Amino acid sequence: MDMFKKTPSLPIFIAVLVIFTLAVTFLSEAYGAGAISTSFVKTLGKTLCLALVAIAMDLVWGYTGILSLGHFAFFGLGGYMIGMWLMYARTKLIVVESMASAALPPTPSEISDAIGTQIFGVVGSSDFPLIWTFAHSFWAQIALVVLVPGILALIFGWLAFRSRVTGVYLSILTQAMTLALSLYLFQNDSGLRGNNGLSGLQNLPGADAISQDYISVWFFWASSLALLLTYLLATFLVSGKFGSVIRGIRDDEARVRFLGYSVEGFKLFVFTLTGVIAAIGGALYYPQAGIINPAEIAPIASIYLAVWVAIGGRGRIYGAVIGAAFVSLVSTYFTGGQAPDINLGFYTIKWVDWWLVLLGLSFVLVTLFAPKGIGGLFDLISHRMSPDRHGLPLGPDKGSLREEEAEK
Amino acid sequence: MIRRIIAACLLLLTCALPVQGQDRTIQDVLQEHADVIVKSSRKTIAPAIEAVANSGLPAAQDVLEAWQAKDMWQRDSDGVFFKAVKAEGSAYDLLDFDTGGPVGQADKSELTQMKPNSGIRAMIAAALVQFQLNDPDPERRREALLAIQRDGEASHLAPLRASIKSESDPEIRALKEVTERLLTISFDPDEAARVTAIEGFKGSLSLDTRAALNPIVTTHIAYADGVGETANVKRELRAGSRDLPVAEAYALMVAAGAVTPQPSLAERKAALEANISDGSVAGIPLAELNTQEARDRAYAALADQGLVPDFDPAATEETAVQGVRFAEIYDEPSRAVTGAAEATLASINRAVGLNQFFDLSLDGLSLASIYFLAAIGLAITFGVMGVINMAHGEFIMMGAYTGYVVQQVIPDYTVSIIVAIPLAFAVTFAAGVAMERLIIRWLYNRPLETLLATFGVSIALQQLAKNIFGTQARPLTSPGWLDGALSFNDVVSISYIRIAIFVLALIFLGVFLFIMKKTRLGLETRAVTQNPSMAASMGINPDKVNMMTFGLGSGIAGIAGVAIGLYAKVTSELGADYIVQSFMTVVVGGVGNIWGTLLGATMIGFLQKGIEWFNPSNTLAAQTYMIVFIIIFIQFRPKGIIALKGRAAGD
Repeated sequence: MDMFKKTPSLPIFIAVLVIFTLAVTFLSEAYGAGAISTSFVKTLGKTLCLALVAIAMDLVWGYTGILSLGHFAFFGLGGYMIGMWLMYARTKLIVVESMASAALPPTPSEISDAIGTQIFGVVGSSDFPLIWTFAHSFWAQIALVVLVPGILALIFGWLAFRSRVTGVYLSILTQAMTLALSLYLFQNDSGLRGNNGLSGLQNLPGADAISQDYISVWFFWASSLALLLTYLLATFLVSGKFGSVIRGIRDDEARVRFLGYSVEGFKLFVFTLTGVIAAIGGALYYPQAGIINPAEIAPIASIYLAVWVAIGGRGRIYGAVIGAAFVSLVSTYFTGGQAPDINLGFYTIKWVDWWLVLLGLSFVLVTLFAPKGIGGLFDLISHRMSPDRHGLPLGPDKGSLREEEAEK
Repeated sequence: MIRRIIAACLLLLTCALPVQGQDRTIQDVLQEHADVIVKSSRKTIAPAIEAVANSGLPAAQDVLEAWQAKDMWQRDSDGVFFKAVKAEGSAYDLLDFDTGGPVGQADKSELTQMKPNSGIRAMIAAALVQFQLNDPDPERRREALLAIQRDGEASHLAPLRASIKSESDPEIRALKEVTERLLTISFDPDEAARVTAIEGFKGSLSLDTRAALNPIVTTHIAYADGVGETANVKRELRAGSRDLPVAEAYALMVAAGAVTPQPSLAERKAALEANISDGSVAGIPLAELNTQEARDRAYAALADQGLVPDFDPAATEETAVQGVRFAEIYDEPSRAVTGAAEATLASINRAVGLNQFFDLSLDGLSLASIYFLAAIGLAITFGVMGVINMAHGEFIMMGAYTGYVVQQVIPDYTVSIIVAIPLAFAVTFAAGVAMERLIIRWLYNRPLETLLATFGVSIALQQLAKNIFGTQARPLTSPGWLDGALSFNDVVSISYIRIAIFVLALIFLGVFLFIMKKTRLGLETRAVTQNPSMAASMGINPDKVNMMTFGLGSGIAGIAGVAIGLYAKVTSELGADYIVQSFMTVVVGGVGNIWGTLLGATMIGFLQKGIEWFNPSNTLAAQTYMIVFIIIFIQFRPKGIIALKGRAAGD
């Protein structure tokens, strides 16, 4: 296949992912030695989902040059959509069980009322809002995982791109969209339980008898498979003619437009597609996390997403995966309180407090001195060095331009 | 106290009260009415209280107060009344009412306590009102009036009217007149007087007026067939409208006995449960009763057997209330009074609405000046230089924390604020210059990466502030002369801090314009912005100019931080709360133009307050809708309200 020829990293990535998945499976408590705890399997599964959304971010930013600060909102929306079904279905089972001992068997409307009271009691309501219309149906909610973020991305992207909002303006606009969405969800009458969010998502309906040990591995497999498919899709997209066009848009939008391509159409397609990919990632992530609330969608989360991709290396898909996996795992290590404190004699550095400072500063350093990110290290191995045309490279979004050329 | 009582006495004497014989004492008055006082019955006591109150004697108020407090005792041996104070054991000190002096002791067994019940105490309190209203101390008169306004009674009306004429203090006189009208509205038996009083309040903004008028126009909804001819009907209603849901209308009909209530869903369910026999109800197995239709069938079967009351599924509440008349009826019977009250309330609501509009405009203006303050630094770094600085919010936070630290060192709030403002400028100027030198100058060709690098600085600074100052909010206290609010009437008011922020915003606008238009730095900044290489050819050092400009923008953010810290609590997230709005302000206004920023801030401030007005309890929704509005606004004016034209636009 053409795709494999053009991207020699693809078979390596597939091999690494398969080996990693098998290794985790055989070390898990459910299917193997038990060397990896169930909670760590969940952390790894979640990390795979984050890598998945990082691929989406890389497509939209590293390849198309749109710094979207809103993709984590699509991620969260996907989580909300699947969370609605999980919460509804599980509450229904509990309600039906508790009503089984009643003198009369419950009617459908009684069951529905009781579920409503259970779910919306915390926000002082008991009626199902309109957006829960399809919550009873698994397949409808799965469709909504794709449709809701997809349509939102489509509308927003259409509005933004048709009025030629580009560059930092677009970033600010996407950030505003994310802020608006999270503020909206924070309200109690948004219909999604306000700042309580949706909880208990790790309990699959009807699977109470199955231990979380197994469920966590299943989700890990699903995340791994989704990552693999996304990786293949992304590689397929960027290795063909489509990839050349979007890289062209990134490097010089006006020139691509003059060549006769519909720049807005391409951008809109990439923006919407990556929004959907992000939503699928979210739908896999939140059942493993167990809870979703509006704070997850706050603008800062989307900026972190950009941070991962930048540290991993923009403009190469494995870079995004590495960045997301590396930064989120290191973050978990430092903020989880496992990292040992450093005693300087006059002051003890607690990593829980200082990790964000370190992250912020290392991020600045990466941006300044290593625009290619961690992925740039692989160029050293494969000897794919850019020709020395004097001056520093400016990073993927300026294409092949070097510093001194760009200033002309 | 004695002098006060004498003065009160003189005042009373000059009033139109009956002049009594000079040698008459209060004891004589009490003895005259001794039998009713001892009997202490609410029906017969009135003449005794009146006689004491109208005796014109200096001790009258004292007697009434003692009586009300259950401190009046009668000596059993001769029937004389005293004020008694508990001494040692069962002994009581006796005080003479007329002289106020002690007249010896007596054992409790020799005395009888006057124990007026609550009804009588209320009558005494009403009689006391006239003394309070004529008290020589204006402060006590005012207190009495305010107490009456809060909790007036019909009995207050006469003494209040009597006291108006003799009132010398014009302010209290006005207060008395208003109170008199309020009481008239509520308690005067004469309809015409009430209507006049009500109409006198047209256009008034006072809360008390609205409190007095609102009870008059309270209504209840009644089933129209049960309404008499004389009822003061506001309007007729149909069931199912917004003001009268079907369920409520049905409940009214049931209460009036017009329909026999059908057994409710819960009652029918309980009846089914009560009639379970051998795992079935009326022959229908329990397992089948999991739909409402099956339950209805089972219930109908039970009803046929006569075990439960009948239920007709066709006779729903909707059909029962169909075509039935309901009426909204005023609790107040007089039509003239309610008409006048409605008209006056309408005029009051118009006046209140107009004033609320002014109040809202003031709020919008102050919010706009806060946004403008937060955004003006950005207007320089982002608007003029085109550098996205995500750490701008953290510079605001640094300014606020500088103010907090200065207050820890200098306890005087006024001095500390005066010191804090230049210090905050210096601190954030230095931080801005450092950031420009170390980070931003390497990224001028890569705006998106500037955004990310400055974001890295932002999270590091935020966490650093958390590590140093903790996560709890720190107070930045404003000087005493900024406390309180300038209030124009009961509706329109604005706090002095907001006025100060508004003034500060105006000063900043002036400073910005001065620097940009009149100074060397401004000239060089504009030159470098328009064409860096040409500016460099003319002998301007673009690096230095960029550094100074960025420092200036950051320094202004620091001062804004002090101002915002006075208004909100200082936390490490203070800046992050404003950063998105600040960028919005600059983008909406139009990049590169300070007037655009001003317009943008004004638009966003007024818009947010305007949306909040529709749904005052929900500021989150207001922010959401505002951001959505801005996103749509950008569609129509992508370059902002004031778009730069020609070469200055940059692209």
